[in-house]
Amino acid sequence: MSNKKTLFEPIIHNNPVTIQVLGICSALAVTTQLKPSLVMGIAVTVIITMSNLIVSLIRSFIPKKIRIIVEMTIIATMVILVDQILRAYLFDVSKQLSVFVGLIITNCIVLGRLEGFALINKPLPSILDGFGNGIGYSLILVAVGAGREILGAGTLMGYSVIPQSLYNAGYENNGLMVLAPGAFILLGLIVWFQRAVTGHYEEE
Amino acid sequence: MLEMISLGIKSVFVENILLAYFLGMCSFLAVSKKVTTAIGLGFAVVFVMAITTPVNWLVHEYLLKAGALSWLGPQFSEVDLSYLNFIAFIAVIAAMVQIAEMVIEKISMKLYTALGIFLPLITVNCAILGVALFMIERKYTLGQSTVFGISSGIGWMLAIIAMAAIREKLKYSNVPKPLRGLGITMLLTGMIAMAFMTFSGINI
Repeated sequence: MSNKKTLFEPIIHNNPVTIQVLGICSALAVTTQLKPSLVMGIAVTVIITMSNLIVSLIRSFIPKKIRIIVEMTIIATMVILVDQILRAYLFDVSKQLSVFVGLIITNCIVLGRLEGFALINKPLPSILDGFGNGIGYSLILVAVGAGREILGAGTLMGYSVIPQSLYNAGYENNGLMVLAPGAFILLGLIVWFQRAVTGHYEEE
Repeated sequence: MLEMISLGIKSVFVENILLAYFLGMCSFLAVSKKVTTAIGLGFAVVFVMAITTPVNWLVHEYLLKAGALSWLGPQFSEVDLSYLNFIAFIAVIAAMVQIAEMVIEKISMKLYTALGIFLPLITVNCAILGVALFMIERKYTLGQSTVFGISSGIGWMLAIIAMAAIREKLKYSNVPKPLRGLGITMLLTGMIAMAFMTFSGINI
């Protein structure tokens, strides 16, 4: 596979969230607003790229039997790094993300890419693959986050975007969007739209 | 006692780990196609949660949190290892899952063949790590953590069995092609989550 394809395929056509069905947990939990979604997307992109690189560099030294533990340790180390950085520089967002930064460890995207790609590929394609998947994941996060914030609170990044005249005309914020069911339904609709466009169908 | 029951009911219904916090979505989506397998995985999760949550609590309380090492001597009372939480918890979970697998194999072959294939999967189930992280964030006692762990597991089991039952029926309906699989499952989960929201007034 060419490097370009490795980088761009996971963004739309093989998106980790909507096509590979990985990493849904965090995609839903942090997306009540755009800002935490953005930070989460960047955090995951960094972690996935770095761990892909490290695993790819040491791939021929990892004994096959204990590879999962080795991979988990690498991911956990990266997550600790990112968590400490967030706490130091973006404390309020870090508080908002609460346990979900830690939960990147069990985010199946990261382990999935390590197992499926970094273990059998050279470092450069592994970086591209990690970065592409991170961006694909972030895109979905940002879409869900923006949708939930606009529909649920009428704001975007904290600024109100719905004109007052609309409220005067009887428009109401949809409080359900801020709650859990809103996230499920919005992501379901995004998946529907995305698959209708790309033509990826799943047989039950 | 009453407080424990209240916490248990709260974590099974009101703050269901899957439907309100989105934890454990990956295996929820992947293994909810048949009721029998859903029940097997559900029991495995309850079992592992019941063991790992108290063990993680002990590890945090006596090894990792700020000042936890003071039992070794006064010179250790300043040590704060809580940044190692993530890596320690995931190691405990992986080890516990492994031990549980061996013990079950020795004690009951029948249970082992029923749970066997699901046990390794549970290591990367974010619900398990999520419960450990929530219990630290909410500063639960050992008793509360155990109740919280078990009841979260039961809540997760309830959700996955409900989903599997719906998906078994869904096979006979004509779902639009791009919506099949992930899309329709997300929309249905949203509706189950909405139904569970009606529990939110319950107080004991």
